[in-house]
Amino acid sequence: MDGLAPDLMTSVELTLELAAVTTVVLLLVGTPIAWRLARAKGWWAEVAASLVALPLVLPPTVLGFYLLVALGPQGPGGAIASLWGARTLAFSFPGLVIGSVVYSMPFVVQPIRNAFQAVGDRPLEVAATLRASPTRAFWTVAVPLAGPGFLTGAVLGFAHTVGEFGIVLMIGGNIPGRTKVMSVAIYDYVETMQWREANILAGGMAAFAFCVILAMALIERRLAPGAR
Amino acid sequence: MSKYLPNYYDPPVQKFASLRRPDDFLGRALDVGATAASKESLMRWLRVLTAGILFAALAAASAKADDVPVAVAANFTAPAKEIAAAFATKTGHNAVLSFGATGGLYTEITQDAPFEVFLAADEARPKKAVADGFAVPDSLFVYAVGKLVLWSKSADAVQGEATLRAASFGRIAICNPTAAPYGAAAVATMQKLGLYDALKPKLVQGADITQAFQFVDSGNAEVGFVALSQLAGNSGGSRWVVPQDLYPPIKQDAVLLKKGAGHEAAKAFLAFLKGPEAHEIIEKYGYDFDKPS
Amino acid sequence: MIEVGFRGLLGEFELDAAFTAPASGVTGLFGPSGCGKTTVLRAIAGLQRFPVGRCVVGGEIWQDEKSFVAPHRRAVGYVFQEASLFAHLSVRANLLYGSTRGDKGGVAFDDVVALLGLSPLIERRPDRLSGGERQRVAIGRALMSHPKVLLMDEPISALDALTKDEILPFLDRLHRSLKLPILYVTHDRVEIERLADHLVLMEAGRVVASGPLNALQGGAAAWPSVSLEAVVTAFDPAYGQATLAVDGGQFLARSREATVGERRRLRIDARDVSIACQAATRTSIVNILAVRVLDAEPADGFDVLVSLGLGEDGRGARLKARLTKYSWDALGLAIGAPAFAQVKGVALEAFP
Repeated sequence: MDGLAPDLMTSVELTLELAAVTTVVLLLVGTPIAWRLARAKGWWAEVAASLVALPLVLPPTVLGFYLLVALGPQGPGGAIASLWGARTLAFSFPGLVIGSVVYSMPFVVQPIRNAFQAVGDRPLEVAATLRASPTRAFWTVAVPLAGPGFLTGAVLGFAHTVGEFGIVLMIGGNIPGRTKVMSVAIYDYVETMQWREANILAGGMAAFAFCVILAMALIERRLAPGAR
Repeated sequence: MSKYLPNYYDPPVQKFASLRRPDDFLGRALDVGATAASKESLMRWLRVLTAGILFAALAAASAKADDVPVAVAANFTAPAKEIAAAFATKTGHNAVLSFGATGGLYTEITQDAPFEVFLAADEARPKKAVADGFAVPDSLFVYAVGKLVLWSKSADAVQGEATLRAASFGRIAICNPTAAPYGAAAVATMQKLGLYDALKPKLVQGADITQAFQFVDSGNAEVGFVALSQLAGNSGGSRWVVPQDLYPPIKQDAVLLKKGAGHEAAKAFLAFLKGPEAHEIIEKYGYDFDKPS
Repeated sequence: MIEVGFRGLLGEFELDAAFTAPASGVTGLFGPSGCGKTTVLRAIAGLQRFPVGRCVVGGEIWQDEKSFVAPHRRAVGYVFQEASLFAHLSVRANLLYGSTRGDKGGVAFDDVVALLGLSPLIERRPDRLSGGERQRVAIGRALMSHPKVLLMDEPISALDALTKDEILPFLDRLHRSLKLPILYVTHDRVEIERLADHLVLMEAGRVVASGPLNALQGGAAAWPSVSLEAVVTAFDPAYGQATLAVDGGQFLARSREATVGERRRLRIDARDVSIACQAATRTSIVNILAVRVLDAEPADGFDVLVSLGLGEDGRGARLKARLTKYSWDALGLAIGAPAFAQVKGVALEAFP
């Protein structure tokens, strides 16, 4: 069937686009969260950390269900969507991004938080005695020293979003070119017994995952400060 | 000034930044907090896990011989549950129901899923099951005829065919046409009315009819094609029962699968399905019966 | 002038320390581990905040009842015990981190590099430096931020003995060439004797005594050594020996290259000083000075720590001698008696 190859490629492009946008958003949103969690000393920090880590243990269907309600006219999503005349954020790319951001948040925040914690207080105290304002200290000392953490978080967030299924299924609506990402496409092909296409996509994703993990291990080795 | 003997030769205090970091990057990345599981709590976890697995295995093994695993098309969810309850009261056998889109269920059956009875939403799949050797021939029969409905949660959104023509909604939900017959019926309806191309950009697909229903129920899609049976007991919103001449009849076939061939309880379930109590339930949910044409 | 006072909880005991330090020279903060000296230093830098505190440096109020200046707004240079260089920057970048762009005033880059001997290290990364080199870079980095006061928190405590010896001359140089007040925290007596001009003694969160080093050494406090300010009056390169004049006498000491008129500090441990009732002749001990006995204190065991004043009238600089009680009684020494102090040349160390 000749309509197939473009369909395949569209879902691949869509997946990569979703993963890229989600990763960027998570780096922007997750870094301040990771920073506050790393620097906080009270017990409330663990409460907040647990909330962030919730998507790690929640079944995607549970998350997807709550997202469906939240993105729709009965939730805040409807209110936001009405700004540009739509009724709901579900079935749209922005809606998917929101879902992916929630779903992959712990995978980005956790490594960055650990990296900031590993930096410790001392370098920042040194920076303060050297007249660096807290902002300057953050950008010139904390962030470079936490570099591998950012890389890990970005790669994990990207890979995790590529593999996302349950959430997209529940709030995506399976629209080709808009919300039909690779994982949903594979599910579709399997449901309709199109084994060849399913194999191509699944095999591709497996290879991708392997390359990601390998690349991360190699990069981490070379980038850790003070590494050989 | 007080007498003060300065004789401090304390050894210098070596301060190390002690970070307990696992050696691999994944471990580091996912290291939730600094307190890694101590060996003891890890052992405890393992014991609990093993116990849980054993228990589940035992439970499965001790499944009574009169349990009947049934694969049920999603649109028949509600009536199937009632029928299973009536079946249990009457015969003492337990029908264990699994729901999904007909296509998906069929795929599972071809992959050796442990179902003994298949209640599909079309004829094609059960026939294919017989042809491919997964089902017992002559056990095939039509257990219900489905009705397609265009439904909206808001009370004035759906006003018959005109709604589709006006197309003033943002999104219309259907279920996957290749995997579920109701989806195919919805597409057929739109094509018959010559509106498919116009409505195609507004389509959202649920994986099965339950999901399509969820899209409409949560308000994310203003209207959607669902099964009439899903609206049983729900008089809210607005609906248009699609006239039968707009789509091929959704004849829903049931069949005994090879895995249930020697199982009396499975055959008993199918027999019950044909019987008067089951018919009453099926009718209540808005299904038709196959009238010999 | 540096005015400091802090009160608050410190672990198990209360910190209630107040002192003033002069606006130039090295003020040593001395005391046992855990007495709060590091905490006081951190509080001066603003890294730790005590609810009740006062800190005025060079006329600038850094903390009082109404205000608290954030650490990055204080003109401090802080040298931590473990150098804590920025691992992701080269030595050059580390040095320049605290300096403002195009800054003419204060200690210039080249001067700092020369002062601390850093030129071969400039482009290296911190992980390729030895412990002593790292500390020198840390000091240079602190200096380049144009501080009003240099705070040093046990800067060489974490180094081995050999490295300490290598780095102490640089600290001496610092002391001599900078007009910066330096607050130097340590639990090592020798560092104090070598570097400090002014001393603040702390114990269990309180300031026990504070004053010029000589005063604390020579007074009722039983400090078993003296540090004398001396001026070089002659230098013999053939013997590597310098003649150092102090108030009330002169000493011959081993010294590196010295020019006449240079100031040196002489550290004389009480164990190296013996007393004679008459000046010996034909003895290998090169330093025999007329003194007068000023005070005698029993020391641990059967020892006596004797305070001596240089010069026949005993009005010169103070010297300490450690004797056995036996010797004290055998010589029939008494307070006010004239005597001769003997110090072997090899026992003297002139710094730098």
